[in-house]
Amino acid sequence: MILSFYRIKSLCPALWLFGMLCFFAPLAYSAQTNVPEVTTDTAAIGSGHAEKTSGKFNAGEMIIEHIVDAHEWHIAEIGHTSISIPLPVILYSDGSLHVFSSSRFHHGEESYNGFKLETEGKNKGKIVKVLADGITPDESAALPIDFSISKNVMSLFISVGLLMVIFISISRSYARRKDHAPKGLQSLVEPLILFIRDDIARPSIGEKRYMRYMPFLLTIFFFIFLNNLLGLVPFFPGGANLTGNIAVTMVLALFTFVITSFSGNKAYWKHIINAPGVPWWLKFPVPLMPIVEIVGVVTKPFVLMVRLFANITAGHIIVLGFMSLIFIFGNMSIGLGLSVTPVSVGFSIFMGLLELLVAFIQAYVFTLLSAIYFGMASEEHAH
Amino acid sequence: MSVLSLLLQAATDLAPVAKMGAGIGAGIAAIGAGIGIGQIGKGAVESIARQPESVGDIRSNMIVAAALIEGVAFFAIVVCLLILFL
Repeated sequence: MILSFYRIKSLCPALWLFGMLCFFAPLAYSAQTNVPEVTTDTAAIGSGHAEKTSGKFNAGEMIIEHIVDAHEWHIAEIGHTSISIPLPVILYSDGSLHVFSSSRFHHGEESYNGFKLETEGKNKGKIVKVLADGITPDESAALPIDFSISKNVMSLFISVGLLMVIFISISRSYARRKDHAPKGLQSLVEPLILFIRDDIARPSIGEKRYMRYMPFLLTIFFFIFLNNLLGLVPFFPGGANLTGNIAVTMVLALFTFVITSFSGNKAYWKHIINAPGVPWWLKFPVPLMPIVEIVGVVTKPFVLMVRLFANITAGHIIVLGFMSLIFIFGNMSIGLGLSVTPVSVGFSIFMGLLELLVAFIQAYVFTLLSAIYFGMASEEHAH
Repeated sequence: MSVLSLLLQAATDLAPVAKMGAGIGAGIAAIGAGIGIGQIGKGAVESIARQPESVGDIRSNMIVAAALIEGVAFFAIVVCLLILFL
């Protein structure tokens, strides 16, 4: 019985890899089989190409490019060729599913199958439908629903795979090394796990109820911490700025909100709708206090979302800004560019170290505040 | 006359004024964060001086409070960035 359980656990990473292959193989196959239909709409769109070949360094554009999501994972640019990993594009429009590789778009220059990657204007970066000529976007049509595996989604898969590999191997070594001292990866992660249990969960939620919330708190802490750290790594598979995507932080804050609401006991809801000790004229006829309390219930997860998003994105913008100082000065004169390099590198290293601290602190603060909200919601009141 | 024409220009072409507003807003947010975190630091350092054995507790509370205040400052930064880029 126990042996089969461990066999399943050890199969999990293999299962995940197999699932990824099953997912991507048909996509690659469909991308190839779509070749015959390409001939009708490969009208080259020249305008998006002109800015790339102009050569002038645009700091704002470079920074924005590194912060936002994209349909391909750009690795390097050597001369005029850019090396990037094209990611699958999955669109749902007019009741049909379109799946193809984003290399068909040729960095926004060509349209494919009636879709085009918009490179400027209000839909910049999004996929729009094009009219029959293959160039002009169809203004009247709604945007197709985009389920693509974009850079952020790919980074999410990579970090989830990494988390599973690390923690499944740690749990297996705990089972194998019962009554022994921790060894290897265990001893790296154990202080963090105990820190979350003893300094975040137990004081905030209380001795009796903290075990119920430990899985969620541990998951959220390590997920945010690992993704923050991966965002600081400048090369593949890091550097995708996942926790700087407000949709991702919104989902994390939504989890906290849902768990808080579901773990609220009668005293918690009573304090929101009909707070004891508040004069009656604040609750009837215009329920001022309940409105303020309900706004408070929604604001707390919202603040969690914005805090994580803004901290991580601002840190990346600052580091990228320091690095682009070199190129901005280099545009004015080579000598200036060379002389500002040590200053810029020094600042970038300093900001990088600060970002490491911020990566840990933001994960800690998110987990701590979630634990505090859970504790407040499920607290037995001794009036 | 030049004042009036300047006002007319400001009234009709407000995009640069909006960017200036965003810059000033970000600066004021930085001032607010600086004052707030400075007061946290002052309180923390003074209480460490009064009771040196509780350094660990004070340090963690200081960091938590600083992160919360930075969160509020980042709200203002996000609004200014929205003005600049939307």
